[in-house]
Amino acid sequence: MANGKDTVAENFYNQSTNKHTGILSWLLTVDHKRIGLMYLYAILTFFVVGVIIGLLMRLELIAPGRQLMDAQTYNALFTLHGVIMIFLFIIPGLPAIFGNFFLPIQLGARDVAFPRLNLLSFYVYLAGAFLALLSLFLPGGPIDTGWTFYIPYSVRSTTNVSLAIFAAFVLGFSSILTGINFVTTVHRLRAPGMTFFKMPLFIWATYATAWIQIIATPVIGITILLVMVERAFGVGIFDPALGGDPILFQHMFWIYSHPAVYIMILPAMGVVSEIIPTFVRRTIFGYKAIAISSLAIAFVGYLVWAHHMFTSGMSDTARWIFSLLTFIVALPSGVKVFNWVATMYKGSIDPKPPFLWVMNFIFLFSIGGLTGLVLGSLATDIHLHDTYFVVAHFHYVMFGGTGTIFFAALHYWFPKMFGKMYNDRLARIAVVLFFVGFNLLYFPKFILGYMGMPRRYYDYLPQFEPLQFVSTVGSWILAGTIFFIIGYLIHALLKGKKATSNPWGGVTLEWHIPSPPPLENFKEIPTVTHEPYDFSQLKEMKDE
Amino acid sequence: MSSNQEGTAVHVHRDDLGAKIGMWLFLFTEVLLFGGMFLVYAFYRIQHADHFRVAAMELDTGIGTLNTIILLTSSLTVALAIAAIQKGNRFFSVLMINLTLIFAVMFMVNKYFEWSAKISHGIYPGSNVMLELPNGQILFFGLYYVMTGLHALHVVIGVVILGVMLIQLMKKKITQDNHVKLENAGLYWHLVDLIWIFLFPLFYLIQ
Repeated sequence: MANGKDTVAENFYNQSTNKHTGILSWLLTVDHKRIGLMYLYAILTFFVVGVIIGLLMRLELIAPGRQLMDAQTYNALFTLHGVIMIFLFIIPGLPAIFGNFFLPIQLGARDVAFPRLNLLSFYVYLAGAFLALLSLFLPGGPIDTGWTFYIPYSVRSTTNVSLAIFAAFVLGFSSILTGINFVTTVHRLRAPGMTFFKMPLFIWATYATAWIQIIATPVIGITILLVMVERAFGVGIFDPALGGDPILFQHMFWIYSHPAVYIMILPAMGVVSEIIPTFVRRTIFGYKAIAISSLAIAFVGYLVWAHHMFTSGMSDTARWIFSLLTFIVALPSGVKVFNWVATMYKGSIDPKPPFLWVMNFIFLFSIGGLTGLVLGSLATDIHLHDTYFVVAHFHYVMFGGTGTIFFAALHYWFPKMFGKMYNDRLARIAVVLFFVGFNLLYFPKFILGYMGMPRRYYDYLPQFEPLQFVSTVGSWILAGTIFFIIGYLIHALLKGKKATSNPWGGVTLEWHIPSPPPLENFKEIPTVTHEPYDFSQLKEMKDE
Repeated sequence: MSSNQEGTAVHVHRDDLGAKIGMWLFLFTEVLLFGGMFLVYAFYRIQHADHFRVAAMELDTGIGTLNTIILLTSSLTVALAIAAIQKGNRFFSVLMINLTLIFAVMFMVNKYFEWSAKISHGIYPGSNVMLELPNGQILFFGLYYVMTGLHALHVVIGVVILGVMLIQLMKKKITQDNHVKLENAGLYWHLVDLIWIFLFPLFYLIQ
């Protein structure tokens, strides 16, 4: 490396953490950035598989009666769509990819607290994914219980339930390991001067998420184990014939799976709190309120699980208490949305693609959140329970929320991760197409649900046909947009312009280092003196 | 791409406190895992208090007490092993780990005899004898097998971990000033002990 130009290219892509080069230097790496990227490739692959399954389901539903598959296949497909999207895409998506890549950098650390454990949790994730796929092809056939694995059907079904739910157990273990790693990292590896209240909000959100991963996941672990034991030995814990109680399963399941919804959404909210200040050039409004509302969501979110069970025959007292708590958990989410919007007030807004994605998010997530309140109140829930209304609500929150922010984060950090810029115009077009496709696909489901279309049905009455048709057309636009996005990002990767170290004018620590970052992130561990979103630093950063 | 650095040494940093925080968090998840089981137990105990009491008579309190003593003593020996290495006494530390392993095996042997006695009496999930019992008793024995079984699995994992520690201790990878691994393994062993302390009264003593 004789001339100065080549030394600039020193980054984690060409620096290995082990003695290997080539593929092994990736597979055996303990560098958090490489692990984050491996997660990205794996998760994106499963996401595409989930999208394709979703497309097939929509195609089947384009008209009443059989179109291209039988009912059993349809049952398997909606189960797989749920399992893949939830356990393989949304839950690990933001924390495992962007958390891994940016949490240490934003903290001013060289890596996570346990780099080898980090690699292990990646392989545990892959093992879980492998088991899930294996369960499709073994005799017995793919699981058809729906992603909630409700008892008693999950004990009676002759499909490969045990293997599929064991896959969920393994994936949960990976999630726990990541959570432990992140909590320890935040406590031990903050750069000098980085007090808790100087941490970027993405870290706050990831930190709260990591706590939920630690606290909630073991409960689903034991629940899944019990279902497996029940299937293998028939001990009777959930079997009414032997004195067991199927409703107990529902409680145990939702004690995890409701907080899991916050595992999915909190990191997304953290990303929003990063992107908005950067593109309005203003410090975030109500920093502490946003930081603490993350913890509040994590805490209250733990106490609302039974709102999934309002029609299961619980006592009225239990129902109104859970309904009340559900309304309370909307408060911290509201705090966040108001603070984001208030941040934009009198800001110098620069609507680059990541910011447009965030606008998309605020709109879709608000619809998702507000319809959540419709479902959270007892009287309306009785009418709407287990209808398309729930499906629409869930997709607005999860896909419109977390999914949208997945793309926002990808567009925001792409230059940092890969050192390349994507085409700004194509990215803007993609946001619009996504918005149109998304609403065409999911908004009709609110109406269908209100009209009484139940979820998970293979066939339906003729009066639902027009809206089902619109929804299917929407799925083509949405899926097309997703492939379009992946396409231009790959193109950018190969032929894109080189990215500067700070293309958006952000001030958190990742924008202080080159794109892509060098192996150990920082030549010297920085000392933090500024508030996280203090844009007066931009001037000194230019001199760096 | 020739700018490979020296390799592995790059990322190595040592943070004993961090390692302990991580271990405590992990133990917390274990407590929650068993917490789910205790929740189920409590739920059915309230529903079927009488049947639970009758079924508990079937369990051998003597063998349960013996196992409790064995596990408690093994917690002592593992603590002594850590204290010994902190004082630099490798020989005593190795001895104590070996003793711990022997106690663990004794526990499992007792468990084996206890379970096989039950099974030879026809008390196991799905057996004809079981199916004739009232529901509450079926649930009691179901929970008994699942909870003590899960605990036994943790004992086995603990044995594997302590075995690895033993090898590292003998290869001098665990030393007087670098013994956080052994401490964490000890913490895990105490957890296994702790869970038994709750299982023992719930199954053997409340009769």
